[in-house]
Amino acid sequence: MIDFVGKRYLYFLLSLLIIVPGLVAIIIHWSQFGEPFSLAIDFTGGTNWEIVDISRQPTTDEIRAIYSKYGIRDAVPQPETLEGKPGVLIRSSEVRPEVKDQIAADLRQLLGNFTEVRFESAGPAIGAEVSQSALIAVAMASIAILLYLTYAFRKVPHPFRYGVCAIIAMIHDVLVVLGTAAIFGLLFGEQVDVLFLTALLTIIAFSVHDTIVVFDRIRENLIRLRLLPFDDVVNHSIMQTLDRSINTQLVVLFTLTSLALFGGITIRQFVLTMLIGILSGTYSSIFNASQLLVVWEHGEVGNFFRRLTGRQREVTTA
Amino acid sequence: MRQRTFISLALIILLAIVCGWLALSNRTISIGSFTREVKVHLGLDLQGGLRVLLQADVPPGTTIERDQINVAKTIIEKRVNALGVVEPLIQVQGNNRIVVELPGIENPDEAIKVFGGTGLLEFVDAGNTPLTEGETIATTGPSPSNSCSGVVAQSSPTPTPTIAPSSTISPTNGITQTNAITNTQVYTTVMTGDCLETASVVFNQSTNRPEISFTLKGNGVKIFGDHTTANVGKYLAIALDKQVISSPSINSPITTGSGVIQGSFTVPEANNLAVQLKFGSLPIPLRIETTTNIGPTLGQDSVNRSIIAGAIGVFIVALFMILYYRLPGVLAVIALTIYGFIVFTIYKIGVPGLFDFVTLTLPGIAGFILSLGVAVDGNILIFERMKEELREGRPLALAIESGFDRAWPSIRDSNISTLITSAILLWFGSNFGASVVAGFAITLMIGVVIGLFTSVFVTRTFLRFILDVMPNISLWWYGVGSTPRREKSYAPTAE
Repeated sequence: MIDFVGKRYLYFLLSLLIIVPGLVAIIIHWSQFGEPFSLAIDFTGGTNWEIVDISRQPTTDEIRAIYSKYGIRDAVPQPETLEGKPGVLIRSSEVRPEVKDQIAADLRQLLGNFTEVRFESAGPAIGAEVSQSALIAVAMASIAILLYLTYAFRKVPHPFRYGVCAIIAMIHDVLVVLGTAAIFGLLFGEQVDVLFLTALLTIIAFSVHDTIVVFDRIRENLIRLRLLPFDDVVNHSIMQTLDRSINTQLVVLFTLTSLALFGGITIRQFVLTMLIGILSGTYSSIFNASQLLVVWEHGEVGNFFRRLTGRQREVTTA
Repeated sequence: MRQRTFISLALIILLAIVCGWLALSNRTISIGSFTREVKVHLGLDLQGGLRVLLQADVPPGTTIERDQINVAKTIIEKRVNALGVVEPLIQVQGNNRIVVELPGIENPDEAIKVFGGTGLLEFVDAGNTPLTEGETIATTGPSPSNSCSGVVAQSSPTPTPTIAPSSTISPTNGITQTNAITNTQVYTTVMTGDCLETASVVFNQSTNRPEISFTLKGNGVKIFGDHTTANVGKYLAIALDKQVISSPSINSPITTGSGVIQGSFTVPEANNLAVQLKFGSLPIPLRIETTTNIGPTLGQDSVNRSIIAGAIGVFIVALFMILYYRLPGVLAVIALTIYGFIVFTIYKIGVPGLFDFVTLTLPGIAGFILSLGVAVDGNILIFERMKEELREGRPLALAIESGFDRAWPSIRDSNISTLITSAILLWFGSNFGASVVAGFAITLMIGVVIGLFTSVFVTRTFLRFILDVMPNISLWWYGVGSTPRREKSYAPTAE
């Protein structure tokens, strides 16, 4: 029998080892660029213009010269190949429809008669609104889940704790994913877009789902094995659901890995984000949520906070 | 019990056949007067097309009447229909936005100009000097004395820069024109476009160029007649969204209520202009907030790749389930196939009374994958419990039933929490303009509900049926070897 519960602080430490660098990356990114991650135009406003079948690759200066005629000074071309044809993705601040034709005409003079693959243009207001409404929705969902779990676990002592621990584990997974995004943003300039937001929502839903399965077993064993100490009940429950946790994890892993390997380039970042989040979701159910119940049961919470750094306090009470 | 199992099985097979038929085919179904096209509706991110979010462009603090935005939507709908786009989608979002989605459109830039322009046509008193074509001017704007409809547009008196054609009125020369107002004079609006009864493209017999012939209605005949009678020899400019289209001189009084607008437009431009005039101007100016145009190749490419990738993933999952759980695994794979059929049938024909179909987007596919995982998870939970019961020495029939009974609370609670999340996300996504969130939530929600049905009810019926027709097969088929797979030393002794 594996002793999961005895090593709980080791697991918390492992979580911190992943989360803290991510938080540091977020802070560094924030101080350098004024935003926590590299945000795509979905959030900041701007234009991505992808064209293909061009006669040659333009230089940054050539593109800037064209764009600045219309008051846009931050255009950056990024060469790419689509289905074997040369193309370029030009990122810039917002290209208004009034000037698009004119820039297109200038680009045609420079690059020949290209084909437009994608033109995405967003004003700055929308992205902030989308992420704000997503945030409120997640907060409301968390409260609803907290209430539901308190109700569903009403037959065991301290039902409220289960909901709180499930939410903390969920926040853990969100932090892992956000931190990873910030690190990738710093290292490779990976941008966070609306698809990333979708991946995050998926992870949030999965995280709670996965935690509840383990909690349910604890609920059942608390009633069946009344005489065992709480630690042992939790440990038994983790062991009994381990096969299921691993198998469900494998099933999701198979699907996502196949999508990452063979799926289109447009969804690769999205799929990788989900992979990280789902892994973290399973980890946090076993090694955080369930262990936190034990910590709480022993009244180690005060002790627990004392062991952690000041920043971590914000995390767990967030 | 036995009879109920057979009835359930028959119903499941019937459902599987109907949904399988609907899921795998694209056809139009007619039952009496009920006609329905059955097909998967792909979002623009998957099939390519143009999506534009228009926002009311009014000064802060101005309230927008529900009627105004609805009238604007109707007018945009009419203009879009005149463009001949297949399956356009025009929706009011919130209280000040309109989303226009045009799948597979060939010329997105032209389309934006046609449906997005305010379309405010003004006949302007230019006095003694003609105005230059393409020039942007300031006008006094619509007022009760120069309009024909009862309602006067509440547009601001200053010229609102709209997304109306700027340079494109004369794109033949391809010269860029500045939008800046160089002419500071404010011209008097004599009559607005809502006095137009009809507008159509005709060809000038001498120059063979397209021009727009119009007839006036109501007050318009009198307003136009009076003005042209009093101002013979002067110039009467015609401006669309504050931009001068042409500036003819008044040669003689026009009292018959019909005339032509001449200008240097191409045939498609003349057609677009006629479309805008025919359906009137928008009651409020709209500004483009976001534009997304996905070329058809990019969308198709990502769909094809994702389908192949998804198929490989599902195949591996099926293989895993069969190898690990043996007979129940096979049954779970069949149940999951039925799951796929039902889910896709709902995507195609919707749920009567709730929605007509589900538009499948990339976030939607993410929701589907998660719900697939949840459905498989349901089966895994049940089968693991069954194995536990078998290892503890319960008879097969009892083990199957208690496997389901014991797994049910965790399936129920985890699924309900996922349903709560998706319901809140769906509500927020559809009300607060985050269509990405809504697209994810709707497929997740459908998937979780159907997954509950297939992983619990369908699999259970299958297992009961197998138990009934083959009661004596080896426990090996249920994933428990003749010798225990491994010592469950940690298993708590039952109470």
